Amino acid sequence: MTHSSLDPAAARDARPESFPHAATGALANHQVRANIRHATTSIRRKRAGVVAEVPDWELLRAAGAAIKDETLASLDAVLIELEASIQAAGGTVHWARDAAEANEIVVGLVRAEGAEEVVKVKSLATDEIRLNEALEGAGIRPIETDLAELIVQLAGERPSHLLVPAIHKNRVEIRDLFRERLGRPDLSDDPTELAEAARLHLREAFLRARVAISGANFAAADTGTICVVESEGNGRMCTTLPDVLITVMGIEKAIPRFRDLEVFLQLLPRSSTGERMNPYTSLWTGVCEGDGPHAFHLVLLDAGRTRVLADPAGRPALRCIRCSACINVCPVYRQTGGHAYHSPYAGPIGAILAPQLLGEEGAVASLPFASSLCGACYDVCPVLIDIPSILVHERGKAVARERSGIEGRSLKVLGKAFATRAGYERAQRLGRKLQRPLARDGWIAHFPPGPLGAWGRSRDLPALPAQTFREWWESRDEPA
Amino acid sequence: MIDRVALFVTCLADTLFPNAGKATVTVLERLGIEVVFPPDQTCCGQMHGNSGYPAEATALARRFVDVFGGFDAIVTPSGSCAAQVREHFGDLLGGNDRGVPGRTWELSQFLTGVLGLEDVGSTFEGTVAYHPTCHSLRLLRVGDAPLRLLRAVPGVDLRELPDAEECCGFGGTFAVKNADVSTAMLDEKIAAITASGAENVCACDSSCLMHIGGGLRRRGVPVRPIHLAEILAS
Repeated sequence: MTHSSLDPAAARDARPESFPHAATGALANHQVRANIRHATTSIRRKRAGVVAEVPDWELLRAAGAAIKDETLASLDAVLIELEASIQAAGGTVHWARDAAEANEIVVGLVRAEGAEEVVKVKSLATDEIRLNEALEGAGIRPIETDLAELIVQLAGERPSHLLVPAIHKNRVEIRDLFRERLGRPDLSDDPTELAEAARLHLREAFLRARVAISGANFAAADTGTICVVESEGNGRMCTTLPDVLITVMGIEKAIPRFRDLEVFLQLLPRSSTGERMNPYTSLWTGVCEGDGPHAFHLVLLDAGRTRVLADPAGRPALRCIRCSACINVCPVYRQTGGHAYHSPYAGPIGAILAPQLLGEEGAVASLPFASSLCGACYDVCPVLIDIPSILVHERGKAVARERSGIEGRSLKVLGKAFATRAGYERAQRLGRKLQRPLARDGWIAHFPPGPLGAWGRSRDLPALPAQTFREWWESRDEPA
Repeated sequence: MIDRVALFVTCLADTLFPNAGKATVTVLERLGIEVVFPPDQTCCGQMHGNSGYPAEATALARRFVDVFGGFDAIVTPSGSCAAQVREHFGDLLGGNDRGVPGRTWELSQFLTGVLGLEDVGSTFEGTVAYHPTCHSLRLLRVGDAPLRLLRAVPGVDLRELPDAEECCGFGGTFAVKNADVSTAMLDEKIAAITASGAENVCACDSSCLMHIGGGLRRRGVPVRPIHLAEILAS
């Protein structure tokens, strides 16, 4: 097998658009925007309710952040301990530097089993490495078993939300999709009936499958226990029914101790689905004779994570437990949905994590600018990631890499002018002079192309008044 | 008791919205506070900092500290500029900030928190919707200080702004770099303002008011953007 056939970059959109361009397209889809507005409004209300009833929520957040920081500070040792614990429990650990290596390992394991299809638990890590495309390229059929992931897969789309991948679809659209793809022309848009149709489809797959692939929410290094948190029970089917279970996990999902789950299993469901407790929490430690899979493989994925780890200002992003609370409160995501982010990690966390993992180049370099820095994300983050500060930090990296455009030149000129009183006052006078051909009756009437034009497409702008504050102040000082 | 403050008017109010600065002076002087305007002041560097130009932001922060270092209290009619000084100068200057961040106050915080006042002797006639700007709310944590000041003004008829804490879509260079998303956010804010039924929309930041006001005028919505200082100066 050649390396390149598993390279996700080959299958990736030839040239993803920058966020502002992709967003413009997304804004035109009013149905999707309405679905997203409806869904995020309802989830954030639920979250606020269940968070408010926990008296020590702020302490829990601090504890979650502290455990993650402790882990990240000694990640090398934690991962080696995790590997030893899993090996002792009869599992096998594989180390993958990047997406291509991880995909090659997984495809190799599935082939060794002679399986032609696999069932999958909802997993962001496998979305990130585009494992499904690599599997299909190797003639293996991946079947997503999370209801929303299944919907997205049947539609040939990409997830648009960490937790609610099909948030962009309403039930009429899902009914039409199931009618066509599941061969059920009789279906109504009743949610119970739709779920029943998916259940019948999936049960057959569960009973047939010999290999399952999952992600992981947490992995305790001291015991080697993997934890998957879900709502439907389909993940539980995957982790228990097949003969072989393969888990693909970002290295930052490790936690030092099993008992640390106490903190995260309180933080995660309340932050993500707005539930006090999620319906299914699956925990397994290696393999167990006569119970569940007879082989367990853990693929530890770097894919840029050590790059983030090496950057102290950006490192807190690796605390993320993928709850999506930041996404549900984000006013930018609320308008655009997830597809404009070109990454499984949408919204505020995606706007930092995607460029951090992939490098601040090309379309992802536009993501840190896809925020008004309103700060709503930081307020809800269960592990206290100061996303606005990391956005600014990532902007700095993107600016440093790119040749400065009109914005860069203007800001540098302004920076120099503002360094002295004389330069600043000169800039004020120059502004008044330059606006003369553009202003009428106290307002800018003609917007030249560039930043002013972008402003003027939807907003008016007052003209600079004849007297600055400081000129008024000086005139006031003069004896009457 | 503080009886003398330095006014940091902000580059935006100085150049484009001098009335917000004048109103701040009026309110403070009415309370018997001596206002000093150090003429060497320029800009806090927030725009540079938030846009990814930390070197320029640091230079401007250093200049700010030089200009204002000798004052016991620095007051500014901007939540986001006060937040830049209070929340970011420490990091930008590696701690060499001469204690300036701790002595810099957004106007409503200064009036309620430092002076302990709510009634500052204003009168105003009209319906008002208050928009809590993101940085005053979530970085500076002014809480309900502006609302308490507004409630104490005879004649102010406060109207509830639906989803008040949602961003208006300004975000500095975000408004032009992501103009379409920014506009979509602004449209929601304007719908909320319209729904409030208020004749005035009030905030603690000239920048957000510039955005909201520019949107209102373009759409022909007869609501007046007004800085908190302007209501308090009435």
